[in-house]
Amino acid sequence: MVKNKKGIPRLLAYAINALLFFVFLGILNSLIASGIFSSYYVKILMLIAINIILAVSLNLATGFLGQLPLGHAGFMAVGAYASAIFMKATPLPNFVAFPIGLILGGLVAAVFGFIIGIPALRLRGDYLAIITLGFGEIIRVVLLNIDSVLGFNFTYGASSLKNIPKTTTVTNAFICVSIVLIIIHTTIKSKHGRAVLSIRENEIAAESCGVNTTYYKTMAFVMSAFFAGMAGSLYAGYVGILNPSGFAFMKSIEILVMVVLGGMGSMIGSVISATALTVLPELLRSFSEYRMVAYSLLLIIVMIFKPSGLMGTYDFSLSRIIGKCGDKISSHLRKGKEGRR
Amino acid sequence: MSVFSTIVSQIFNGLQSGSVYALVALGYSMVYGIIMLLNFAHGDIIMVGAYIVWILMSFLALPPAIGAVAAVAGCTLLGVAIEKVAYAPLRKSPRLSLLITAIGVSFFLENAAQLVMGAGSKPMPTIIKGTNIEIGSAHISFVSVVTIIVSVITMLLLTLLVQKTKMGKAMRAVSEDMDSARLMGININRTISFTFAVGSALAGIAAVLYSCAYPQASPTMGSMLGLKAFVAAVLGGIGSIPGAMIGGFAIGLLEALVSAAGLSVWKDGVVFGILIIVLIVKPTGIMGRKMNEKV
Repeated sequence: MVKNKKGIPRLLAYAINALLFFVFLGILNSLIASGIFSSYYVKILMLIAINIILAVSLNLATGFLGQLPLGHAGFMAVGAYASAIFMKATPLPNFVAFPIGLILGGLVAAVFGFIIGIPALRLRGDYLAIITLGFGEIIRVVLLNIDSVLGFNFTYGASSLKNIPKTTTVTNAFICVSIVLIIIHTTIKSKHGRAVLSIRENEIAAESCGVNTTYYKTMAFVMSAFFAGMAGSLYAGYVGILNPSGFAFMKSIEILVMVVLGGMGSMIGSVISATALTVLPELLRSFSEYRMVAYSLLLIIVMIFKPSGLMGTYDFSLSRIIGKCGDKISSHLRKGKEGRR
Repeated sequence: MSVFSTIVSQIFNGLQSGSVYALVALGYSMVYGIIMLLNFAHGDIIMVGAYIVWILMSFLALPPAIGAVAAVAGCTLLGVAIEKVAYAPLRKSPRLSLLITAIGVSFFLENAAQLVMGAGSKPMPTIIKGTNIEIGSAHISFVSVVTIIVSVITMLLLTLLVQKTKMGKAMRAVSEDMDSARLMGININRTISFTFAVGSALAGIAAVLYSCAYPQASPTMGSMLGLKAFVAAVLGGIGSIPGAMIGGFAIGLLEALVSAAGLSVWKDGVVFGILIIVLIVKPTGIMGRKMNEKV
């Protein structure tokens, strides 16, 4: 039976998901408006949204494609600076400039991802890890020193790019999260996504089945870079001040920890661990010096004892759950009817 | 200063840092050759070695010779311990897991050092004393001459070890084909541990030499040094021992050249740019062999 495999029709599933998302946004907004969530909580909420986008986009390259980019913070930095410079220069009103800045940040990062990915992804093995690591460092050095070459203030180097309009809000950050999740989810479930997954499972087998491995590797990698750049532009609109030192190797590792802990290849895992690893350090402020030690130990222990992460490759599907509940209810009803008869 | 003396002193600077890079790159290359792992923790072993020297010489006021020997011994033990605890349980798992574990170990060492020793850098006492040498009008520091001589001797010993001894033969066999080597009765685990021990001992020597040149120890000193040495290993052809030596000296000289041209802020950028160019043009490096993938 092809029809009704998951219990409820797809259109209804989409409608329920959209409804729940808007209810969630509405609750958040009313909590903020009523003052139950202080501005401190609002900041953490925005940071959660940014980290979710970062973790899910890295998961696309690490979990679904099976590569290990170590320069995710570099893509984030490129996107952040591109959109920040645009937002500072543009005369457009914020509600027009914000989406343009967001897409611009993503596109610039995607272009860099393409330039880096084309040579790196043709090769097998750990080369992508090495090249992206080098790229992340180069980006940092360039952002720090480019002004002295150009002769005018462009990125403001070590003295930080200041006074970026703070356009990121909880609402638009979470709308971005939902868009990113939808795009990545539908891509992974499509024909292209299956090709990407087949490369992860066995590259040689995928190639001999006629999958254009370089094309699909580059596609997934560029997508991952695009969303990292988008997260970067959200971040720029969130902090309002950018410094290249914030995008060092350490930041890339932090994102990697979120992905590995949540489970490589599980989007819900990335969302949960990005949320947890953003909230926990805030709760445990007094232990902040132990945080990075704990992160690194966590990484080693997870790899040795549960290399699939907390969620493995499990993904959450609301329509599947609703479908199962529906099946149970209807079977109960049927049993009830039969019993009465 | 004349042009000649500038050139000579810059060449010696480059050879000095290059020999440190070469020693570290050897460790990367040997480990990669044998278990196909980029040992990210290798750079941080140097940092631990530098702290051992600092503790023994500044804290306990012991003579430099003891400090140097203890640093090499400490690094060797640490390298073997890391292999046993973190890498050995993952011998059968995918390479991605191994790589992530290596990153985890590297960050653990850095942050643990920061927790124990504090984030600030510690001033290193003088390890090697001697008068500077003069060639014409150029001054060459005694430290750089000692560094170059020590590392050349170490590399010669390493080449002898790998080419002439039974253990070296076993190492070459395991890196060629691990399963066949096991069938020939070679103890794989012992050979891998031995490789880590040798690589880490080289890192210990590099730690002492590096502390002579840049007399301070800080928790993050190993990461940049390690990354650059890694670039050297890739440039020379990862897995190849003479390649690592050539790559190390090449990176050292290049850095000295960039600094001499007055572009020292771009030094790191240039090194990583070289890495990307090498990987695009000739991914196997200068001395590397092309590896065919078996199905």
